[in-house]
Amino acid sequence: MKQFAALIKRLDTTNKTTVKVKALAEYFQQASDTDRVWTIALLSHRRPSRPVNTTLLREYAAELANIELWLFEDSYHIVGDLAETIALVVPQTDEREENRSLSQYLEDMIWLKKQDEAVKKEYLQKEWSCLPYYERFVFTKLLTGGFRIGVSQKLMTRALSKAVDIDEDILAYKLMGNWKPQSISFQELVLDERSGDMDSKPFPFYLAYALEDELEELGEPKDWCAEHKWDGIRAQLIKRNGEVFLWSRGEELVTDRYPEFDAIKDLIPDGVVFDGELLPMIAGKIGTFNDLQKRIGRRTVSKALLNKIPVILRTYDLLEYDGVDIRTESFIDRRAKLSKLIERIDNPVLGISKIIEFDVWEELHTARANAREFKSEGLMLKRRDAAYKIGRKKGDWWKWKLDPMSIDAVLTYAMRGHGRRSNLFTDYTFGLWRENEAGERELVTFAKAYSGLTDKEFRAVDKFIKANTLERFGPVRSVVPELVFEIGFEAIAPSSRHKSGVATRFPRILRWRQDKKIEEANTLDDLKSMIIE
Amino acid sequence: MEEKTLSEPGNYTSENPLLVFNSRGIYCPQAGVYIDAWKPVNKCIISHGHSDHARFGHKHYLTHKFNVPIIKHRLGDINAKGVEWGEKININGVVFSLYPAGHVIGSSQVRVEYKGEVWVFTGDYKLQDDGVCQPWEPVQCHAMITECTFGLPAFNWRPQAEVMEDINTWWSDNAAEGKTSVIFAYSLGKAQRVLKHLNTDQGKIYTHGAIEKMTEVLRNIKDFPVTELITRDTNKKDLLGNIVIAPPSAHGSPWIRKMVPYETAAASGWMAFRGARRRRAVDRGFVLSDHCDWQALLKAIKLSGAEKVICTHGYTDIFSKYLRTLGLDARTEKTQFEGELLEVEKAAV
Repeated sequence: MKQFAALIKRLDTTNKTTVKVKALAEYFQQASDTDRVWTIALLSHRRPSRPVNTTLLREYAAELANIELWLFEDSYHIVGDLAETIALVVPQTDEREENRSLSQYLEDMIWLKKQDEAVKKEYLQKEWSCLPYYERFVFTKLLTGGFRIGVSQKLMTRALSKAVDIDEDILAYKLMGNWKPQSISFQELVLDERSGDMDSKPFPFYLAYALEDELEELGEPKDWCAEHKWDGIRAQLIKRNGEVFLWSRGEELVTDRYPEFDAIKDLIPDGVVFDGELLPMIAGKIGTFNDLQKRIGRRTVSKALLNKIPVILRTYDLLEYDGVDIRTESFIDRRAKLSKLIERIDNPVLGISKIIEFDVWEELHTARANAREFKSEGLMLKRRDAAYKIGRKKGDWWKWKLDPMSIDAVLTYAMRGHGRRSNLFTDYTFGLWRENEAGERELVTFAKAYSGLTDKEFRAVDKFIKANTLERFGPVRSVVPELVFEIGFEAIAPSSRHKSGVATRFPRILRWRQDKKIEEANTLDDLKSMIIE
Repeated sequence: MEEKTLSEPGNYTSENPLLVFNSRGIYCPQAGVYIDAWKPVNKCIISHGHSDHARFGHKHYLTHKFNVPIIKHRLGDINAKGVEWGEKININGVVFSLYPAGHVIGSSQVRVEYKGEVWVFTGDYKLQDDGVCQPWEPVQCHAMITECTFGLPAFNWRPQAEVMEDINTWWSDNAAEGKTSVIFAYSLGKAQRVLKHLNTDQGKIYTHGAIEKMTEVLRNIKDFPVTELITRDTNKKDLLGNIVIAPPSAHGSPWIRKMVPYETAAASGWMAFRGARRRRAVDRGFVLSDHCDWQALLKAIKLSGAEKVICTHGYTDIFSKYLRTLGLDARTEKTQFEGELLEVEKAAV
């Protein structure tokens, strides 16, 4: 644990990628095999599920720190991170001679999940009192999840590649899929060369950057293809040896959540991998992301939900065909194969994203401007002769999204942020005007946003909030309505779950309208008029 | 020091308190004297030299004699009188005296006594002996006006020796990589505290002008290691492997850019929070504060014997609520004191 905590501390004290890779690579060279496997697991979203719920964690910690729960809660709202709060308030009263390894602690957590509350409490309080501050923090983080130390799976893979001298792409492939850190050795996971047992393995996704320059600067229109950029979930559908596997972009195997695909597996030939977008299809039309949201979290899907919100895969690329990796073929060659295949399968669950025909760039400007009518977020531009690459790369693929829709709203509530913004009020709620039954204008909440301002602006708004608080509701403060912000969002849909009757997708602050008074902010009706039926 | 113990219980009434909070500062109506006023007044007692406590524009300043050169350095030619620890000043029957607060050199708690009733204004303070300023002493009182900048159970300082060892290790690690170490510290207090405990065997200590000037003033009161002011003529190569003490405002300035390659660090109580460490674009954060942590605040209040506690700045609502659960008569008052906040926000560039 000492070694792992020291690694996290090193990673947490730098913003420099090279320093992070170096720290990780050194760790991978020195750590034991089991610790290495667990570290790979932790940094690739394979942590054990939470053994103790956060309510109990708070109680146990407050008791050990000898403070009342309200005081613990108030401290938590200020610190902004549960594991950090626990590590800070709990005193180290004991010491232990032996240094227990990271793997031992993680195996403890798997064991702990099945224990009763008395055992959980005894175990946690003992560990908290024995571990020095930083190890206590890391240990508690392992319980609660989410390190946010700026180490992506890709960065971890790069460091591992340096440490074991195996090609980064090969490693990325090896680390994908469904393996369990408890039952796999470092040798098997990283070092062994395997041939079979690869059926479920997806390819790393090729991701596009946002178009930076003018469209016209891409070169000749004849070298490029365009298609809509769909607002669903990026996914790979695999069929190998009679089985289908569905992977979402977070490299999560989600086959069970979308039984639509298993139902048509006999129609799909073996040895193919599709890349496409999962989309909700409601009464023959593409639904909103809000609809899809109702399916995302569900591990088991009821028949009723399946009927109400069926999901399809709108394919746009073919990565494997007839058991052969065809990623190095040109995009149009892959598309030609894809087209034929989809035609042959001939089932509405597998659609194809149409290529938008154009001869001059001008036509694409029009197509993009009309994207919302197709329920798309904008356009994707792909070079005709491009291979399918690994990860986010510039040059051959670009996303060219629509500018967000926007509206001017009034800041009404604020909450302290988390992570690097803890202790600052950076999470805001915004309201729009509407007339109530008495004919008076009032502000109704329509969205929350916590990104889009500079650090300097956040500090200024934070200062305003602290000086203009009306009421406190736990961590939330209501604020004198005085500040106006332009809020941008990607999509809008009617919603019965929201007080305003409207759900916006990915709302964020575009800018602080210091030139506007609250009377000049928009109305809820203005917002509703943006909904496209 | 018999005046530090109480002879009879206080006769404090809420209708006619010995000290009140008005728009100009903390005021003693009986004596017509302010303490750490934030707007210009006639007579003002100053707890210590930080700018949110020692402000410009008062007619008469009264403070500890060590603080006189400090506030004169900062505020120019003012009318300031210095007194000794425990020296009694009688103004219209009210007896004022100063006791060490352990915050920075010359920092005092202000004891106010009238007809047997004793109030203490703590100013900013810490219990830990920092080896630079006169250590804090408990002063018995009926009512205590205390800061609580770090009045949350999440704040627990490690011993200074351990933190300083970390700072010295960080310096030598940087030196081994051929880099200059730049540590940000407030020019009055933190800078000298760090300076005093740097390991001078490891190399030379350079300073920014603001730090050099203040340290020069304090050298008449306390011995500090030799420092060298960075000037236009300073050769960049000479800095490599050595340490530079700079005020937080120097972070991100053109002044610091000429020191490449360097590593930066900040020393502050706020560095206990991971969020604050990350928000500050510094490479390292050392948890070192001139204020009380949670346990120290509770200890100070207990030792004072005060039954009434007024919290002025910091996590006042939470802290006073906690004191009430202990059975104390505790409340908060709004002031314009900023604690360590100013320092951290200034540097958050």
